[in-house]
Amino acid sequence: MTVMPVEGVLSLIWLLIALPLAGAVILLFTGRQSNKWGPYLGVLTVVSSAVLGILMLIAMLDLPVEDRTITQVAYQWVFAGQFTVDVAFQLDQLSLVFVLLITIVGSLIHIYSLGYMAHDPDKRKFFGYLNLFVAAMLLLVLANNYLLLYVGWEGVGLASYLLIGFYQAKKSAAAAAKKAFIINRVGDVGLSLAIMLMFVTFGSVTFSDVFGSATNASEGTLTALGLLLLLAAAGKSAQFPLQAWLLDAMEGPTPVSALIHAATMVTAGVYLIARSNVIYNNAEIAATAVIVVALITIYMGAVIASAKDDIKKSLAGSTMSQIGYMMLAVGLGPIGYVFAIFHLLTHGVFKAGLFLGAGSVMHGMNDEVNMRRYGALRTVMVITFITFMAGYLAIIGIPPFSGFWSKDEIVHAAFERNVFIGTATVLAAGITGFYMTRMVAMTFFGKKRWEPDVHPHESPKIMTIPLIILAIGSTLLGMALLFWGNIESWLEPVVGYESQPTPLPTSAYIVITLVVVIIGAIIGWITYARREVPIVAPRGNWLTRAARKDLYGDAVNHAIVVAPTNYAARSLVWFDSRIVDGFVNGSAAVVGGLSGRLRRTQSGFIRSYALSMVGGAVLVIVALVLVRI
Amino acid sequence: MNTFAAPLIDYSALGPILIVVVAALVSVLIEALVPRGARRFLQVILTFGSLVTAFVWLISIRNTRVITGDGAVAIDGPGLVMQGTILLLAIFGAMLVSERSLDSMGDSFAPRASALPGSVDERELAARGHTQTEIWTLYLFAVTGMLLFVVANDLLIMFVALEIMSLPLYLMVGMARRRRLLSQEAALKYFVLGAFASAFFIFGAALVYGYTGTISLPEISESISATTGETGLILIGLAMLLVGLFFKVGAVPFHQWTPDVYQGAPTPITGFMGAAVKVAAFGALMRLLYVGFSGMQWDWEIIIWIVAILSMVVGSLIAITQSDIKRMLAYSAVAQSGFILVGVAASTAAGIAAVMFYLIAYGFVTIGAFAVISMVRDSSGEATHLSKWAGLGKKSPMVAAVFSIFMLSLAGIPLTSGFVIKFSVFAAAIEAGATWLVLVAVGASVIAAFFYVRVIVVMFFSDPTENTATVAIPSAFTTIALAAGATITVVLGIIPAPLIDLVSNAGIFIR
Repeated sequence: MTVMPVEGVLSLIWLLIALPLAGAVILLFTGRQSNKWGPYLGVLTVVSSAVLGILMLIAMLDLPVEDRTITQVAYQWVFAGQFTVDVAFQLDQLSLVFVLLITIVGSLIHIYSLGYMAHDPDKRKFFGYLNLFVAAMLLLVLANNYLLLYVGWEGVGLASYLLIGFYQAKKSAAAAAKKAFIINRVGDVGLSLAIMLMFVTFGSVTFSDVFGSATNASEGTLTALGLLLLLAAAGKSAQFPLQAWLLDAMEGPTPVSALIHAATMVTAGVYLIARSNVIYNNAEIAATAVIVVALITIYMGAVIASAKDDIKKSLAGSTMSQIGYMMLAVGLGPIGYVFAIFHLLTHGVFKAGLFLGAGSVMHGMNDEVNMRRYGALRTVMVITFITFMAGYLAIIGIPPFSGFWSKDEIVHAAFERNVFIGTATVLAAGITGFYMTRMVAMTFFGKKRWEPDVHPHESPKIMTIPLIILAIGSTLLGMALLFWGNIESWLEPVVGYESQPTPLPTSAYIVITLVVVIIGAIIGWITYARREVPIVAPRGNWLTRAARKDLYGDAVNHAIVVAPTNYAARSLVWFDSRIVDGFVNGSAAVVGGLSGRLRRTQSGFIRSYALSMVGGAVLVIVALVLVRI
Repeated sequence: MNTFAAPLIDYSALGPILIVVVAALVSVLIEALVPRGARRFLQVILTFGSLVTAFVWLISIRNTRVITGDGAVAIDGPGLVMQGTILLLAIFGAMLVSERSLDSMGDSFAPRASALPGSVDERELAARGHTQTEIWTLYLFAVTGMLLFVVANDLLIMFVALEIMSLPLYLMVGMARRRRLLSQEAALKYFVLGAFASAFFIFGAALVYGYTGTISLPEISESISATTGETGLILIGLAMLLVGLFFKVGAVPFHQWTPDVYQGAPTPITGFMGAAVKVAAFGALMRLLYVGFSGMQWDWEIIIWIVAILSMVVGSLIAITQSDIKRMLAYSAVAQSGFILVGVAASTAAGIAAVMFYLIAYGFVTIGAFAVISMVRDSSGEATHLSKWAGLGKKSPMVAAVFSIFMLSLAGIPLTSGFVIKFSVFAAAIEAGATWLVLVAVGASVIAAFFYVRVIVVMFFSDPTENTATVAIPSAFTTIALAAGATITVVLGIIPAPLIDLVSNAGIFIR
């Protein structure tokens, strides 16, 4: 690959990362003295990165398509024999859309947080962590090799851990943070093994080298790589079987849920697979595994979202399900990559809007998260309600809202593969209609079920303006990207694109999907808006009960991982304290005793020293003579 | 043979030795002729000036490889490396000797060695601020002896160098300002036992001469390989030579002077001696074995093994129950001699390089550690009892941290020079096939780690009591020596490659 010399704004890739990183360093190391201006600095760095990203987009549009991959080497990072890795950045069409998503949505969420976290004594730390997250996420998408990507991957994991546990005094938050971190480690092992396998197979870990020689590797190797990367993606993107941490992650402040656990970090797995498309294109089994995992997760997420009464957890279930759609699309191969990214972008915007909307509701309801305690809020929180509705219509896929265009493309691509997968996506869209309608109905419609001392009110402007901007995005982004931005041809040079014929004309699928979604929505409306919503949740059927328990995800984890690990740990502790310590302490006692004895030879008398020397001389002579004999 | 042909002497190659010996002689004249008040100033200038000049000279002749003085002196790669090491250690040691800020009464040395301890005479001299500048003269003579010791190529020159080195040391050991009785007792013990060891050495030399008819190391080697038959004489001769050298490196069972001398000597002298004598004695030992007795490797190898094992195990074991930090470091020095002997036993080029590397790194750790000990004080002078170091990490975190670096290095923990040197010595020994010896050495290292780490535990994990010593503020002299010791210890632990290259390129002993 030739490295094109670039000038102007496109040569400033490092600055994209350096700005928020500097923000994080300043905020986290200056301590209390930056309490006053710290949050504003945090916002400023991310907004500057966003402006820089937009300027880069404009600059890139001027370049011919074949020159749009820009690589920049900062310095040589690792040099160990044949193994060299640079800190090098790659900006192309794929990473640029991620840069824009991360920085623009990130900016809005930073601004919103100024209001949301206004009364928190630790908000400087909060903005420091948020900046750290943005820097790590940008590093993740801008790295030109897997090892540097891994640094960003771990960086976002760290930021996620710190932010989930932000209310560290709360036991549940601390536990949730640990849970997220530990489950993510499982996925990280997959990524690190994949990187090692890449080095063994290709002798390099840069994207260009790996993809350039991928076809030379055996299919078995590529399948192994694909499965390892899928494990990594499942961890980061909360896909089955590593999904259990995302629901608990809602313990973090709501802006965190919006930025990290809805819009950006959890989509890193989709990015990883889309980026590694060459591997999956040549590894049929791995690609099929992606589809299977995605389908399971779509339904798990949807069922959980339908049963939860906690508005954030319900949204988290929905996020799992929607990321499942994206994973499904990347699993479909070249017919799906571009639409996975398309859905990722629209989802990033409308889900961020929904989460921030939920945050706005909580802000006005004394941090109440139970939807059975909401109701009839549409009149009290007009802006929140309208913006939430924009997100609602986007996620269930009503034209012309953005989710319609992206989800429709995925459904269509699924039908291009086969009817079974296509039908599955349509049915899941129906469940989406149900649970989102349920959420809207329980929150904004029906009767007031508020706690007595709650006086809901609209949030301040600093929170509603980001909501409005995100609502506009939820409405228009789909059309803008599809018709004006031409997303397929924009991404095609990086991830490839092809289309296959389907049995029915395109419009037929659109109609079928819409009908199913509307049926789902109507069921939701009838159940939760027309009837009284009981404040205490009814027992529900077996599926509801299972879904409330996250479909027994924790129980399964406990049975197959936690309990055996605890048992092994206890056995090892026993072994360590009885056998190992016994041996060590015993030998220490022996050594100490010997030392005491030997010490007595040091009498202090010069005559005995001289005698010892004579003895030594005799020893030396005897030994020498004995050797000769 | 009627005519006497003057031997050819390469004065340039002998430059470092000549500079220091001339300085030592000038130093005698200063003592004799210069008024008392100006002596100290002149002596300090002369000492540092001559040592630095000698070192610069040494750098300028670094590529010299020559046997000169009619075969008496061999200037070769290892010899030059060890001379350079001795000079550097002597420069930093002289800084400790020059220190006057730590003790309210002046430097570390008795106002007049001849005054009876505790006498009125002594008190008056102390009150007048009398100092004894002869210490510099002795110091320079000792350095001269060391420089000659590592390049001596025949047994008589080696013996002469041994004595030039040792006699001033015996005197300096007895010159401590505080606890003078302890110091004088140590000096006497060191002197008597040292004389005993020297007698072994010279008797061994005589026996070897009797067998081979020569005292030149290369000729001894030729004679051994040419002679067959009765070998009793040469074996006993070699054994006695080894006894003399084992005494100087403090190897078991010839080690018993070490704790008494390390404890009794003025701390700057302990540091200098612990570092530089070890370099000189190991240099001579390697030259003796590799040049003079290379043909008898099968014979002496086993002796080196036995003494190495005894030194490592006994030194480490006894150090565990020591409560005085100077005595503990003395036993540590015994154990370290054992580790170095593991490298000597390898008797390969890699072994020579590893031993030299070990001596360099160990020398700086030793000087640094004793610099710290000279700073940790209470009302009665240096507080060497371990109980007085309790909680020092809380009172003086910087000094305690630096001392911890030295302890970790002695214990052989990675990222300090101690790890790299142990590793290179062990690697050389394994390459030479002495795997089992390395296993014993690793076992001894485990025992040794205990007492090094214990000091750190005492300093950092216990609370200060009213008995805890305080750290005196040193002048630039000790500060520089300490900083250099700590820096070199850490740098060699992280980037050892340049120095390893240097000692590896020094090559082998010429004959």
